[in-house]
Amino acid sequence: MKRGSLGAWLAIVLGVIYFLAPLIATFEFSLRLKRGEYSFEAYRLVFASGDFQASFLYSATIALATIVIGIALVVPTAYWVQLRLPKLRGIVEFITLLPLVIPAIVLVFGYIRLYDSSSILPLTGSVTGTNILLTLGYVGLAMPYMYRSVDTGLRAIDVRTLTEAAESQGANWPTILFKVILPNIRSAILSGAFLTFAIVIGEFTFASLLNRPAFGPYLQLIGASRAYEPAALAVMAFAITWACMGLIQLLGRGARGAIDTR
Amino acid sequence: MTSGIGSGARRMPLSNFGAWVGVAPFFIFALMFLIVPTVSLLIGAFQDHDGAFTFDNILRLGQASIRNSYLLSIEVSLASAVFGALFGLALALAVVRGGLPGWLRPTLMTFSGVASNFAGVPLAFAFIATLGRMGFVTVLLKSLVGLDLYAVGFNIFTFTGLTLTYLYFQIPLMILVVTPALDGMKREWNEAASMLGASQAQYWRMVALPVLWPSILGASLLLFANAFGAIATAYALTGPSLNIVPILLYAQIRGDVLHDPNLGYALALGMLMITGLSNLAYILLRARSERWLK
Repeated sequence: MKRGSLGAWLAIVLGVIYFLAPLIATFEFSLRLKRGEYSFEAYRLVFASGDFQASFLYSATIALATIVIGIALVVPTAYWVQLRLPKLRGIVEFITLLPLVIPAIVLVFGYIRLYDSSSILPLTGSVTGTNILLTLGYVGLAMPYMYRSVDTGLRAIDVRTLTEAAESQGANWPTILFKVILPNIRSAILSGAFLTFAIVIGEFTFASLLNRPAFGPYLQLIGASRAYEPAALAVMAFAITWACMGLIQLLGRGARGAIDTR
Repeated sequence: MTSGIGSGARRMPLSNFGAWVGVAPFFIFALMFLIVPTVSLLIGAFQDHDGAFTFDNILRLGQASIRNSYLLSIEVSLASAVFGALFGLALALAVVRGGLPGWLRPTLMTFSGVASNFAGVPLAFAFIATLGRMGFVTVLLKSLVGLDLYAVGFNIFTFTGLTLTYLYFQIPLMILVVTPALDGMKREWNEAASMLGASQAQYWRMVALPVLWPSILGASLLLFANAFGAIATAYALTGPSLNIVPILLYAQIRGDVLHDPNLGYALALGMLMITGLSNLAYILLRARSERWLK
């Protein structure tokens, strides 16, 4: 392998430069707000801004709702497909991958046409309706990740034996799902949840076109009007993404450990 | 799966009907929020103002402004897909085959997971802070080696800048998609080839590439579709000045810039055709590559 090593090192060094330079640069830029010295002034301004707090809180709330609905939708589906309806696996997997194929902007255009104020289901006609539409849209966007995560979790446990054991004790299926299956795939569900959070928190296209005061449109607005605050926000966004991915890695390791020791 | 010994005796009380009820919410959701909205646009693309069938909207996609948008979008997506695939493949090869320290591989994989999800508005901010007129690297190059990027024609708010920015999530995506394929390449193939007297170049040309090309091409198509549908990064970076299709569609939804909703639906149909076909080709190529790489 000695032959390849020089080229391999070259690729890695170039990669490190390309991927680290923007991170260092953005951090450095975010400290430059005060002339002649480095300071965290840009961060202070961002945190003190009412628009930042309101939009972040709004997006975090929508993200939590997305996670809850996503779990409620995906876990029973993946469970029944695995246990009773394996012939549906292909079509269910195909559907869960659709959001990766249909561009978000096309999907939201469809919502606006289908659910406008003159339709049978006028979701975009009211604030509450639009919030619901945005949340359900996000459930769709996060579906590929949530489904894959939960499905992998279910494959790692013996769904059939667990179900049969619970049934022989007289459990009905809501009990089985909530008290037996759910706790056994907790780390898989949490992985899907963190990934969902990372996707939803800064999402721009849906929120902007549905006119909701979310974090993504706020970021865009700040980018168009300020110089140093956007860099501070980019550092924070990267930290959030990194934290979500880090937690997923940690959970993955924990889950594998649990299976190994059984 | 259902014919295990004794499964008849331990027949579950719930019929398959119960299972169908259990999956029904998923299918209702998929219909309401994925399939029907998309199909309604497709239908709108073939209707005139009064709802009558027409091919007119599709034909009008050929007008110069729209055609140029599609061309620009295809160019940006193609450039970021080709370079993303090349550099991603190089990095994946480096950690899989390069004989580098073992910790590099999990580090690269974790980082790729983060960076492939670090798209959108913040990514645009990061590149403006890096390669903008006052950006860190721009200033550094000027003061250290006297190279003024903006004097030699570089600008972050252009085609080149956008492509360079897209690579930040394209390269990691390529790494994540192509690494399993590289893992599937068996070491014995290389050994067998060299025992038969093949040089390293011959091994790559006659063994490795024929096995790998469906994976590489498929991953490139996935990258292409990924870039083609993206809007937030481009919008935050260049505003409405770089008229790629998603930005044109955004402006159309916002303010009917085409002065014709049905033409907007046709624009969406065109996007969906391109991302759909790229993804379909990706799936077919992946199935083909799985013949060898298990």
